[in-house]
Amino acid sequence: MKPVLDRFDLAAIANWIKPGESVLDLGCGDGSLLKYLREQKGVHGYGVENAPERVLACIKNGVNVLQLDMEQGLTGFVDGQFHHVVMSQSLQAIRHTEKMLAEMLRVGREAVVSFPNFGYRTHREAIARGHMPVSESLPYEWYDTPNVRFFTLDDFEALCGARGIRILERAAFEDGQPVTDNPNLNASLAVYRLGRLQ
Amino acid sequence: MSTEPQSVGTVTAQRAHFASPLALKSGAILPAYDLAYETYGTLNAAKSNAVLVCHALSGSHHVAGVYDDNPDTLGWWDNLVGPGKPLDTNKFFVIGVNNLGGCYGSTGPMSINPATGKRYGADFPVFTVEDWVTAQARLADQLGIESFAAVLGGSLGGMQALAWSLQYPERVRHAMVIAAAPTLTAQNIAFNEVARQAILSDPDFHGGHYYDHHVVPSRGLRLARMVGHITYLSDDQMAEKFGRRLREGTHKFSFEVDFEIESYLRYQGDKFAGFFDANTYLLATKALDYFDPAFEYGGNLAAALKRAKAQFFIASFTTDWRFSPERSREMVYALLQNKRDVSYAEIESISGHDSFLLDDAHYHALMRAYFDQITL
Repeated sequence: MKPVLDRFDLAAIANWIKPGESVLDLGCGDGSLLKYLREQKGVHGYGVENAPERVLACIKNGVNVLQLDMEQGLTGFVDGQFHHVVMSQSLQAIRHTEKMLAEMLRVGREAVVSFPNFGYRTHREAIARGHMPVSESLPYEWYDTPNVRFFTLDDFEALCGARGIRILERAAFEDGQPVTDNPNLNASLAVYRLGRLQ
Repeated sequence: MSTEPQSVGTVTAQRAHFASPLALKSGAILPAYDLAYETYGTLNAAKSNAVLVCHALSGSHHVAGVYDDNPDTLGWWDNLVGPGKPLDTNKFFVIGVNNLGGCYGSTGPMSINPATGKRYGADFPVFTVEDWVTAQARLADQLGIESFAAVLGGSLGGMQALAWSLQYPERVRHAMVIAAAPTLTAQNIAFNEVARQAILSDPDFHGGHYYDHHVVPSRGLRLARMVGHITYLSDDQMAEKFGRRLREGTHKFSFEVDFEIESYLRYQGDKFAGFFDANTYLLATKALDYFDPAFEYGGNLAAALKRAKAQFFIASFTTDWRFSPERSREMVYALLQNKRDVSYAEIESISGHDSFLLDDAHYHALMRAYFDQITL
């Protein structure tokens, strides 16, 4: 049976990674993406996790995992070490957003990030009703959320523009279905492939 | 796979003799030598399930099980090795070996020097981690083991696992380097030097030929071990285990034991001085000091590790200040630069350097998971 990824953002990320590439997956969870990429595309990869139980899950999945605190930066990694540095649904939980994006593009030739869209329609409606949004893509209450940065697709693209980060590709989704019409309003989640301006 | 963890039970040590000379890194040559070792589990027909466990400064070949049903003789890593344990002897054939120069049965300073008919004592050649590995490889040859499924160890044992991956890249499929470092720091060497000076300045040392005088430099060895013990524990753990607790509830205003920590150190020192050989201690601390795979590469660890082919599992413990997590990360990053497979765990523990010997649930779950995914 061909293995499948249970998260559509991971499937989108996997589509952008070519066979035989090297990948660093920041916040790799149980290593599902890396395992999939290795088995399906012969990708050589490493995951980074700081939660002990996820490190254990990765080892059970037979993927390389490094228990490191990403907030400390990627100082031990050398420039251009990976084809792709991936961060799926973790950017909003990182305090040093700009530094992290810069580090991802230092260590990787390209970066791939996915994150929940705080500008999604139902989130705006929640705010209009006077409450912080709680949804499938933002499943936490305001008092127990691991998220520390709250931004929309437009916010993210503005930051990229201001910091010399090239958006090479974008895929936006609502309930797992692609969104092309006004994704800043209609998408609950987006995936970006990023590069440096030459 | 889900058998209840059991002990390997009663075990017996074996001896292997090596008649061909061993050229040591120092240039000295050991004409012949013996190694004491133990094995647990069964070598499979393909000889693909062998695992070598390397011991640390004061360890031995007695890794698991007991001698003569005596529970006081439990092996030093018995909590890890056995049927159904993380290093499962139902799957693996596990070998423990007393290193060259040791005092538990392998040829060392206490052995008779064939050139003089007397004990080697101070004349036993200085050896290195690399020499240990060479000697272990000859034991593997004798046992018909071409390559190890894994070579592992903690502390100085972890350094041997790393050295194995560099000296015999084709013979190590997995190197598991626990609570170790790619070199000692100046602070580490300093502690070792204090330990050595304690032994060397003991009036009973007699230039290392104390056997001939029928004494042992037990005061020096005791001090050396006391210093060592301080560095194996964390400040937090000492505070928790001893704090400022008084042995007899009152200040004695003398140099007798007041505090529990003093009592503990004296006990550990006395116990150790009662059985360990001072010359072995001196030489083993030197082996630690000299270990530096990057030395011939201008200090470039990544260049030094280029030869390695094994998959690595590296683990450190948060409160280990003797071999800190930072030192393990150096190895991780050097392996990454060489695109080697490596996993790294930084394990929460209050027990300092000694954590690698304890059966912490998460630590052992990681070890079990790693061993489980090794294909034979």
